[in-house]
Formats: sequence, C-alpha cells, structure tokens
Amino acid sequence: MKTIILKTASTYLLPVLLLFSIFILLRGHYLPGGGFVGGLIASIAYVLHAFANGLSNTKNLLKFHPGFLMPVGLALAFLSGMAPLLFDMPFMTGLWYPEALPVLGVIGSALFFDIGVYLVVIGVTLTIIFTIADTI
Amino acid sequence: MTQQLVIYPLLLQLFLSIILMFSWSKISWQRVISIGGGFINIAISIWLFVYIWNEGIQTVQAGNWAAPFGITFVADSLSVTLVLLTAISGLAVSAFSASSIVVARLKFGYFPIFHFLLLGLNGAFLTGDIFNLYVWFEIIIISSFVLITLGGEKAQLEGAVKYFTMNILASMIFLTAIAVLYGLTGSLNMADLSLKVAAIENRGLVEITAILFLVAFGIKAAVFPLYFWLPASYHTPPSAVSAIFGGLLTKVGVYALIRIFTLIFVGDVFLQDTILVMAVLTLISGGLGALIQNNLRKVFSYLIICHIGYMIVGLGLYTEVAIAGTIFYLIHDIVVKTNLFMVGGLIYRITGTNNIRSLGGLYKEYPLISLLIAIPLFSLVGIPPLSGFWPKISLITAAFTAENWWVIGAILFASLLTMIIIAKVWANVVWKDKVELPKRLNFRYFDKMTNIRKTQLVAPIIFLSLISLYIGFGAEHVQQLSTRVANELIDNQQYIDAVFKTGQNIKP
Repeated sequence: MKTIILKTASTYLLPVLLLFSIFILLRGHYLPGGGFVGGLIASIAYVLHAFANGLSNTKNLLKFHPGFLMPVGLALAFLSGMAPLLFDMPFMTGLWYPEALPVLGVIGSALFFDIGVYLVVIGVTLTIIFTIADTI
Repeated sequence: MTQQLVIYPLLLQLFLSIILMFSWSKISWQRVISIGGGFINIAISIWLFVYIWNEGIQTVQAGNWAAPFGITFVADSLSVTLVLLTAISGLAVSAFSASSIVVARLKFGYFPIFHFLLLGLNGAFLTGDIFNLYVWFEIIIISSFVLITLGGEKAQLEGAVKYFTMNILASMIFLTAIAVLYGLTGSLNMADLSLKVAAIENRGLVEITAILFLVAFGIKAAVFPLYFWLPASYHTPPSAVSAIFGGLLTKVGVYALIRIFTLIFVGDVFLQDTILVMAVLTLISGGLGALIQNNLRKVFSYLIICHIGYMIVGLGLYTEVAIAGTIFYLIHDIVVKTNLFMVGGLIYRITGTNNIRSLGGLYKEYPLISLLIAIPLFSLVGIPPLSGFWPKISLITAAFTAENWWVIGAILFASLLTMIIIAKVWANVVWKDKVELPKRLNFRYFDKMTNIRKTQLVAPIIFLSLISLYIGFGAEHVQQLSTRVANELIDNQQYIDAVFKTGQNIKP
C-alpha cells in the first residue's frame, strides 16, 4: 500500500505501539494485560510497519529472523521457572525482590516469565504473518 | 534436590526442546542432542522410578500453592512406570528417526517438536489436576499435528485432517466435561474431586459427566465406536512418527481412562458394564479389521485398536487382578507397538514398500533381521513365555472369577485373530519367495546406507526387543509392579493422602 499518510503515521506509530506493548506487559500482573497481549500489540506494530513500507523493509528493521525470539522467550520463561529450585522451593514459585524499584514497582520472577511469553508471542505471530505474506 | 524429582522429566524435555530450537538449522547437532537427551531422560526416569518404589507416592505443588488450589504433580507407581516407558520408547524413536526421517523433514523442526510431544506425554502422566491434564493433552495434540503433517504429502494431509477433526472434537468434549464437573464440585484437583464427587447426591448427573469423559478419552484411546480416525491416519506419516503415535498417544487416552475411572468415578455398575461392552466390541472389531488389510502399517494400526480392548477390559472388570492385567498389558503394549511400527519402517527401507503382497524373501536376504523381527511379532501374539502372554492370564482369571464368559470369549477370540494376522504377516513378509519390485529412484535403500545409519535403524529395534524379552522372561518383576500399581489404584486413599499431606513441602 503506497499512501503517504499511512507511511508517515506508521513511522511514528511503531515506537509508540512498542512502548504501549511494554506498558501493557508491565501492567499485567494485577490488572488486565500481560505478556500475551503485550506481545500481540508489539507484533501489530511490526505488521503495520510492513503494511505501509513493505515486508523487506520491516525485515531489515528487525535485523534477525523473528522465529529466533521463540527459543529465547522459552528459555527466559524456563529459567524464571527454574530459579526457585536454587532456593529449594517448588518449580515456578514466585520470587520477589523485597524493595520496589522506581517506575517498575516490585519485581519478581513472574515478570521474567511474562517477558518470555511476550517474546514467544512476538516470534510466533511475526513468523506466521511474514510467512503468509511471503507466499502471497 | 530429590524433593523436586517428580518434575525433572518435564523440565528435561522442555530444556531439550529449547536447546534444539536454538540449533534449528544444524541437523547433525540436533541428532546428537536428541539421542544424548534420550539417555539422560532414561537415567532420570529410572532414578524417579526407584525413588517412588522405595518412598511411595510423591507430590510437587507447582508454584508452592497448596492443593487443592494450585496445580499438583503426583508421581505414583503408575505415573512413573509410564514416564519410564515414555523415556525408553522416546530414546528408541529418536535414534530411529535420526536415520529414517529425511533431512528435508528434519529441517522443519522435527526434533524440537518431538521433544515437545514427549514433554506433553510426561506432563499428562504426572499431573494431578484435571484441567492441567487437558492442557497437556493440548500440547500433545498440537505437537502431533505438526509431526503428522510434516512433509506435506497429499496422503499425509488427508490423514491429518481426520486426525485433527476427531482430536479437536475429543478435546471439546473433554473440556465440556471438565466444565460440568467444576460446576458440580468447584474443584479441579483430582484427589479433591475424588472426595467431592463421592459426596454428590445427584448420581444421574455424575453418571452423565462420567460418560462425557468416557467419550472424550474413548476417542483418544480409540475404543470401539470411536476408533475410525486411527487406521485412517496412522499409516500416513513416516514410520518413526507412527511408532511414537502407536506406542504412546493412544495409551495416554487409556491412562486417562484408568486414572479417571479409578480415582474420580468409582464403583458405578452401569459405567463398568458400558466399559466392558465397549472393550469386548473393540477387541473383536479391531481384530477383524486387521484381518483384511494388506498394508503392513494399516494392519498394525488395527492391531492397536484390538489391543486397546485388553486394557479396557481390565478397567471394566474392576478387580485388583483385572487392573493388574491391564497395567501389565499397558507396559507390554507400549514397548511392542513402538517396536512394530519401527519394524514396519525398517522393512520399508529394505524393500521400498509396505504392501504385504509385494513383500517377501526377507529371511533369505536378511536372516538375522528376520529373527529380530520375530521377537516383537510373537510377543504381540503372546506365545509363552513372551510378554503378551502373561497379562492375558490375569485378565482371563479376573473374568473367570466374575463369571463373565463373554469377556473370556472375546479375549480368546482376539488372541486367535492376532495370531492369524501375525502368521499371515510372517508368512508373507519373511517366508514367501521374493517378489521382484522395480527399484525406486531417489529412494534411500537400506543396503545403500552407511554403517552408522544402518545401526541407527536396527539398534532401537534390538533395544526394544530386549526390553520385550525382559518383560516376557522377567514377568515376575513386572507382575509385582503391576500388582502394586493395581493396589494403589483400587485403594485410591493412598493417592488422596499423598496429595494432601504436603505440609512439609510448603514453606511460609
């Protein structure tokens, strides 16, 4: 699609949407949101960019194949689940850093699990959509 | 360390899948990681098995949420036995697939998905939460969809559509049943459900819920009226995939049936009669189906159905001897069925076809391989002292005690059918004169392979045959194990106590 309005808008929307996805990701522990929704929003950002600027430009922007995010995210989620084992607690027990950090708030191992989910969702969604877009 | 031992098999499989995904395009690494991981998996499973054997039922509360609120992983004798068998079959199949599956298929992530499948199987065997069981079933079927369609041949896709449709339907029914059960009791923990379901006064509703579960797991286990998807799809993927499907996937359905009907819905005469009728019809129709097939793997597919009947029979009779027979049969069947499909794959590699009519002369060309093939084939029939013989004694004894002549008749008839079928397979494939087939272009025949590849094809079959022989000749040990499992299943208070006595695990 070659409309100058969409092209210009998508350049600005990409960082905004990515920031928003991170906001949704962080918000997700007690409120609606979380890694899955955040990941979807982040992939929407890239899909929109691909619509406006063409798939090859978006691929250049990403620098690596989105499929690579899947094992990375899975590994992160796996490690966050494994961490409590070091403290002799069952798998996936929530570990919390006692003091609240500025902006982020209280951080625990659940956050890293959610970041893992976030990365996996981006990886899967973009791989699927890019593959479909490639074959059309 | 040992406190968390229960979930180590799960963690290992997840870890292996992640590592394998990182080495996505390096096929030679993937082969090494998968086979090496298989050995580690067996070591961990044996460790877990011995631990449970000595210490009794162990539990892990995931996330440190106490039962019945969190997800509990329970390792009782049945679970760890199946985890061990999964590890054994898993190793054999990963070695077999390293050689028999073409590189084009391996490149699309065969090994990571294979280990996700094993993760799902281990999870289904170890979980003590019924919704979590559903989630593991989903992991299993998603992985199996990928494995069954990988390669994208026309026949494969046709088989996959049938497989997909029936499994999605089964999952929907399973989910509905869970929803109804949750509405009735407000709990999802199986031990908790066992207590709460027993206290419900509206027995009609409980019975209907149980029937929903029976249909859902019946589709997955391929019992009588619900099995038609299995022979339509199991012969389409590569033999390594069929091996793991035939060996383990239907057995997950059987495992779920055993678990649900010994723990949650217990002592309902109507249900037991229903299960018995289904079992008898499964035995007969599966056997008759196999009789007329000419494709080797289709024959084996029908035999899977036929032999699921033996396991369900024990559940329907519901005495300790009968359940012990069921468990023994389950142990024997997982090993033998995995082996049979690999044998099918080996014959396919040697001759280029799986059609019984065009096969032949195997004994003249490969006498040692023919003798090797004899072990799983005759174990399946149950020629004493091979492994299929012993569980049938338990089942027939139990049926005799219950004076259920129909069941005895069906068991014997199905054994006879199996014998006729195996004799037909043996005579046609091994003894008949060789049929000259036109050589296929671009096909990797067995005799053209390097020695490593040949070993990777034959060694897993030898390995599983040895295990089969052990089950046959060391039947005393396996019978001891089956009796213990049966005892735990009948006296389900042990399971419930183990789930709820977890106070010592929880730290404030």
